[in-house]
Amino acid sequence: MRVWKFGDDIDTDAIIPGRFLTINDEKELAQHAFEGTRDDFAKLAQEGDVIVGGRNFGCGSSREHAPLALKGAGVRYIVAQSFARIFFRNAINVGLLPLVCPDTSAIRDGSSIVVHERKGTIIVDGKEYRIEPVPEFMYNIVEAAGLVGYAKQLKEVPLCTKSRR
Amino acid sequence: MGATIVEKIFSGRCAGTVHAGDVVMAPVDGAMIHDITGPLAIRKFYEMGGEKVFDPRRIIMLFDHQIPADSIEAAKNHVFMRKFAAEQDIHNYDICEGVCHQVVMEKGHAAPGEIIVGADSHTCMYGAAGAFATGIGSTDMGFVLKFGALYFRVPESIRTEVSGKFQPRVGAKDLILAIAADIGADGATYKAIEFCGETIRRLDMAGRMTCCNMAIEMGAKAGIVAPDSITWEYLKGRRAVTPFSLASDPDAPYSERRSYDVRRLEPQVAVPHNVDQGVPVGKVAGTPVNQVFIGSCTNGRFEDFAEAAEVLGDRKFSEKVRVLIIPSSRDEYLKILRAGILEKFVTAGALVEAPSCGPCMGGSFGLLAPGEVSLSTSNRNFRGRQGSTEAFVYLCSPATAAASAVAGEITDPREV
Ligand code: SF4
Repeated sequence: MRVWKFGDDIDTDAIIPGRFLTINDEKELAQHAFEGTRDDFAKLAQEGDVIVGGRNFGCGSSREHAPLALKGAGVRYIVAQSFARIFFRNAINVGLLPLVCPDTSAIRDGSSIVVHERKGTIIVDGKEYRIEPVPEFMYNIVEAAGLVGYAKQLKEVPLCTKSRR
Repeated sequence: MGATIVEKIFSGRCAGTVHAGDVVMAPVDGAMIHDITGPLAIRKFYEMGGEKVFDPRRIIMLFDHQIPADSIEAAKNHVFMRKFAAEQDIHNYDICEGVCHQVVMEKGHAAPGEIIVGADSHTCMYGAAGAFATGIGSTDMGFVLKFGALYFRVPESIRTEVSGKFQPRVGAKDLILAIAADIGADGATYKAIEFCGETIRRLDMAGRMTCCNMAIEMGAKAGIVAPDSITWEYLKGRRAVTPFSLASDPDAPYSERRSYDVRRLEPQVAVPHNVDQGVPVGKVAGTPVNQVFIGSCTNGRFEDFAEAAEVLGDRKFSEKVRVLIIPSSRDEYLKILRAGILEKFVTAGALVEAPSCGPCMGGSFGLLAPGEVSLSTSNRNFRGRQGSTEAFVYLCSPATAAASAVAGEITDPREV
């Protein structure tokens, strides 16, 4: 699995430009992922590839088309130092796992990567990096293949049930 | 220990004491969907097994990003959404009223103490009405449409106290650009920004909306201003609510406290390609511009156009600049029409468009060619936001936009 390395503040306009937002299909969206900013991605990304960003990945609009386009391109994990809030939720809700890694600066584009999300590590070109634990309730959603699957299991919502993060 | 206004809102809606950091499944008082994120939300609603929405009176729909339909695909999305609204008995403002956030505010769909969600990131604007309001994605919205609730992590708050009186032709937009430059594009991620202090108390609703609108540009989940007489006055005739008090306690557990003094604040310009790249206008004065856009949910209200018109005076806009004027709603359009402001703009050489997102959305009209420069009163200057990824978007206040449109280059509004 290869790493697609990006920098800080990768915004949703870069991930999927506004002019493609009439598209709702993930495979079709994937053909325009990073169009104009990183054109090789849509052509070359393969099933299982991992995106590695810096700080504030996915900032900007609430368009779910952004994580969908990445999912359509075969991406399953996004590793970054931090994520923008809405993107983070959207990624989980469509069944992508955003993983927080305290320092991604040494990770190079094109490296090979293996993710052990339950163990809390990623291995990049043989070197191990720690990733932050994923809260349990988010796993539940990702494991139900996203919020849709999770919602289907629910008869009614457990209103105001409180759980400490 | 006391509580922040945001904690109080969640505690109130959840009938129990809730603290920042808690994850709660909270009821939602209102939900907004528009033409871009709506179709996907509706599909998700059905995929989740949805048949009837939780409460049609608490949901509003409208089209603002691609109107009138600018492509066959957009038209099809509109048809799909209209059908859903009719079947579910949801109020659909269609293409008639304006930009989603302005419409929610002016039609009274957000009130103090409520939890409101919108399938759009700038939903945080309704914090100006004392609501906890946040932008969510389409799948989250599908869930809300079905269940009328959503899981939230109750955010910590950053207390942002503002003092002092603005210089002439300096205002809310300059303040929020300066705050964004200070806090940074991700400095408030997962948090709420609470705006307070004498400057905010004196600020009109238009200015409060401008500030709360841009909370997301610092990564915040919400922006909020505690309701006061200005808030209740604004809500009169829009919403039947009785004033009550809702504010953070003096000993509320803020994650951070910041203070700003606006007395010497200069007009600010955010330079490409990030919103937190704000600099005093003097630093970029003289930069030639091809297009000036005054509008958007950030600065498309009567007050914004009045300010721009005051700066314009009896002059003409530069022939080198395309000036686009887009009111944020039909109501605001009528106000500037009746005040003679539109006539002034048109006489000066501007192009007036119907209430919509316009070039702010970057996929409809008013797009930029490679190498072109736009000066815009909207809220985002990301690469490619208004067209070509090789274009340059600068953000500023309506006063700076008007002064620059006259000169044909970025200009300090205090100097014209
Ligand atoms: S005016 Fe711009 S920021 Fe506001 S809702 Fe429309 S596209 Fe979004």
